[in-house]
Amino acid sequence: MHRTKLFDHVILMMGVFFMVGPLLVALMTSSHEAAEIHRNGLQILPGGHFIDTYTTVLTKQGGFTGKITGLRMMMNSLILGFGFAAGKIILSMLAAYALVYFRFRFATITFWMIFTTLLLPLEVRILPSYEVMNTLKLTNTYTGLIVPLLASATGTFYFRQFFKSIPDELLEAARIDGAGPFKFFIDVIVPLSKTMIAAIFIIMFVYGWNQYLWPTLMTTDESFFTLVRGIKQILLVWVGSNIPDYNEAFALAILAMVPPVMIVMIFQRWFIKGLTESDK
Amino acid sequence: MAAINITNVSKIYAGGVEAVKSVSIDIADGEFIVLVGPSGCGKSTLLRMVAGLEAISKGTVEIGDRVINDVEPAERDIAMVFQNYALYPHMTVYNNLAYGLKNRGTPKAEIDARVAEAARMLEIEQYLTRKPRALSGGQRQRVAMGRAIVRKPAAFLFDEPLSNLDAKLRVSMRGEIKQLQKRLGTTSLYVTHDQLEAMTLADRLVVLNGGQIEQIGRPLDVYHTPASTFVASFIGSPAMNLLRGTREGTQLHFGSQVLDLGRPPAFPGPITVGIRAEDLRIARGGEQSLTLKVEYIEELGAQRLVHGTVDGKKLTASLSPEIGIGDTLSLSIAPERLHFFDADTGKRLAQPFDASATKRETAQTLEMAAG
Repeated sequence: MHRTKLFDHVILMMGVFFMVGPLLVALMTSSHEAAEIHRNGLQILPGGHFIDTYTTVLTKQGGFTGKITGLRMMMNSLILGFGFAAGKIILSMLAAYALVYFRFRFATITFWMIFTTLLLPLEVRILPSYEVMNTLKLTNTYTGLIVPLLASATGTFYFRQFFKSIPDELLEAARIDGAGPFKFFIDVIVPLSKTMIAAIFIIMFVYGWNQYLWPTLMTTDESFFTLVRGIKQILLVWVGSNIPDYNEAFALAILAMVPPVMIVMIFQRWFIKGLTESDK
Repeated sequence: MAAINITNVSKIYAGGVEAVKSVSIDIADGEFIVLVGPSGCGKSTLLRMVAGLEAISKGTVEIGDRVINDVEPAERDIAMVFQNYALYPHMTVYNNLAYGLKNRGTPKAEIDARVAEAARMLEIEQYLTRKPRALSGGQRQRVAMGRAIVRKPAAFLFDEPLSNLDAKLRVSMRGEIKQLQKRLGTTSLYVTHDQLEAMTLADRLVVLNGGQIEQIGRPLDVYHTPASTFVASFIGSPAMNLLRGTREGTQLHFGSQVLDLGRPPAFPGPITVGIRAEDLRIARGGEQSLTLKVEYIEELGAQRLVHGTVDGKKLTASLSPEIGIGDTLSLSIAPERLHFFDADTGKRLAQPFDASATKRETAQTLEMAAG
């Protein structure tokens, strides 16, 4: 057994310092007043305005139209994150299921065609995608926000690899037990993929949550703004002698971090549990 | 419960590889048939064609007078036990057993009754709420058998079900499978590469080689009258000694060594002679004998296997452990215990000595004991 020495602790503590330090500064700074931040810069000690700042951020109606609240943006972000992750998982699981378990012509070529799109980031096809959504009149809708991002080579690839590791005998046993393709998928594949789903969910939720460019393009109506966009919005009021609401920007940044962190913490437990006791 | 008729069945893979070549087997209702052969002989392919997991390229398979070539596996009224158990890892033992019944829309009460019955039969009642991963290999194998039993199918198909178990467990599971099959009276098709498993389980053996049937017969008949050198060397442990020799007059020549048979063989020329290790014994003075140059000895407790060479050719003799052994041994064999095979084709030749009478007798007594 390796004995932890002082040096190991130093490394770990440095890790903690570099990772958590900035978050702590953001959290502390957000509890000060905007003017004070403007005067004195970032803060390490807590100020006295923690509750008011966060209440303001969550409930104050702002933006150009003066209707959008932090809560609303948070909800939009959650809808985007969950819709994005769930949609990607469903779509890529079905695609991978077809690729692995059904013999059809050009299956391999189809797979590689999907896989090569991995190399193309969203930004490459962002204009055509926008054009399609615009023609379909789906701008400023949740559908338009989520659907174009769902086709995912990454998810399909991961699920394909996972399905390939499930022994064929399981499929054969299920066939003899009278389970058709749909029943086999629901009764065997989905429960077995639980850990895989958890892993993909973490990745995809965070990825969807952090989307900035696509929502910016798709939504002009402020009631569809996401948190990530909202932070930017706060700092845009740099007009005349206005001091930007640094405290609110920091508060919003902190709030924007909470859901992904929660998701990671919740699903990671499943994920690790699945890894340690998996046998197929 | 039903008879299975396999008629001229072939499996031809894309690319023209013929894994099974026109195999015909008629399996009576309630019979236990074992398909045995080395790996790659097509035995699993044949089984999977009966199960419906592989398409049948040519020929027909009938289960209970119904041609099932194009019938879905689930509709064929068969149950299969896999080598790696293929239990659903996320379901409890109960659900594993019940899954096939649920899919068929069996009423809940009947599922309960059938699962309980199978669990009692296999003594897995206390594990019904566990997941497969919490079970040992032997217990998993029982659950896999249970999954087959609850369905009450017309036939059981076993695909090397004991290969993943340790040696001791394999022996006891072997006995249990045999008893269970006798009790249920379900027609069974069992694939194995283990000749011992084949010998002990089968009502009839089907020895396959290169996709073709070498021999079909009762285990003891196959053992005592192998149809070819392949069967002779495959069935029985240690394998039958096969010596190349030539016939001259009444004599068999193995290089410089000579056995006088006392009666002329059919015609002179080269021949393959088969000798079971246990048919060899130490020669008494003045008897016909072969001289064995001893190389090494395997002590098995009840018997002692002496490996050596006769005129440069390998020979194994099974002798009683009490006898002291020097560097060379004189071994004799009763002429009617010799097996003769064609030197070129390896097929069994007409035997010059009619020894079958005594063998049949022993075979029958053993069968009566078993039946």
